[in-house]
Amino acid sequence: MPTVEMTVNGKRASAQVEGRTLLVQFLREKLGLTGTHIGCDTSQCGACVVHVDGRAVKSCTLLAVQANGASVTTIEGVANGETLHPMQEAFRDNHGLQCGFCTPGMVMTAIDLVTNNASPSEEEIRHGLEGNICRCTGYHNIVKAVKAGAAAMKG
Amino acid sequence: MHDFGYHRPASVADVAGLLASKGEAKVVAGGMTLIPTLKQRLASPSDLVDLAGIAELKGVKAEGGGITIGAMTTHAEVHRSAEVQKTIPALAQLAGGIGDPQVRNRGTIGGSVANSDPAADYPAAVLGLGATIRTNKREIKADDFFKGMFETALQDGEIITAIHFPKPEKAGYSKFPNPASRYAIVGVFVARTAGGVRAAVTGAGPCAFRSKELESALGGSFTPEAAKAVKLGADGFNTDLHATAAYRAHLISVMAARAVAAAS
Repeated sequence: MPTVEMTVNGKRASAQVEGRTLLVQFLREKLGLTGTHIGCDTSQCGACVVHVDGRAVKSCTLLAVQANGASVTTIEGVANGETLHPMQEAFRDNHGLQCGFCTPGMVMTAIDLVTNNASPSEEEIRHGLEGNICRCTGYHNIVKAVKAGAAAMKG
Repeated sequence: MHDFGYHRPASVADVAGLLASKGEAKVVAGGMTLIPTLKQRLASPSDLVDLAGIAELKGVKAEGGGITIGAMTTHAEVHRSAEVQKTIPALAQLAGGIGDPQVRNRGTIGGSVANSDPAADYPAAVLGLGATIRTNKREIKADDFFKGMFETALQDGEIITAIHFPKPEKAGYSKFPNPASRYAIVGVFVARTAGGVRAAVTGAGPCAFRSKELESALGGSFTPEAAKAVKLGADGFNTDLHATAAYRAHLISVMAARAVAAAS
């Protein structure tokens, strides 16, 4: 079995995996980082979004071996100790979640979106969230949260 | 997903060697189609040969007035490329509308073109702009490349290394996306070039194709009205749960008109 080694949330992580092991399985089952959710497992819902070398990707559609040597950030890696990331705080302030299942993927996607576009318009936010599905909120408060999170990330 | 051997060679020459020595190997670029295919066990290769470690396959550069895009350049990189935005803005716009942001961060132009999905966006641009597909063995003209559903002129052991797009005078792309997948139910790429007008359609047939009817109408008058006046029969177009052949035939004229209106 191949050995993979990557930096996850700033720490070195290494394990033996099968070639077919998905990145999301590696994160959840080998590293115990269960904040990254598996929703559809078919690349559609975005609950499994993490950052690989600074870019949002669906970790159910990436093999762990493809991320060998990469730097990975999961939802567990965005807060600063007890202080939530401004985007997490914005989701809480704006009621950008109900059941919370999609939230880790939404937050990871939103951070990537704002990193590439510091002041996104509502239309750009909606376009940027096309890869993330929420079955509770109707998206309205998520869009508001991303807008507020973008403003907070600038400050 | 069945297990497989995994290889990440550092050069194109090493890819050829691996493909020759491993019986049932498949090449993976961004993996946005292949990984879901493996998960559904619609393919079970003995080995995966990952192109991600080959630096020479990445990047956008100006060449001969047009642009050359390395096969492993992602959709997001093409979308954000200042060079592409300046030389062929329609191509940058097309890349920014593929799938969703996560797909655009992983999916590559070479993978999309080699896959020849009947509803993919890039094949319309490759055909519409009269691009040249460069492989590890030869150069193939866009007109000779797309052969059918998931079928191209690529031979065993042949991989795309780059795609060269000549600069058009004007070009535009418009698609009617499936609201769930963002694949084109119909997409039309139009280009006015020194050699005449080209119009390529994706989503409607077994693979991207040029529409002689649109090209002749737009050759006479490169206007949305001329595109809209083209009435196509439904024969040969796809019917599925998303749209009938007749609906797609109608959409071709509508998307062509929008593409001409957006052309720059």
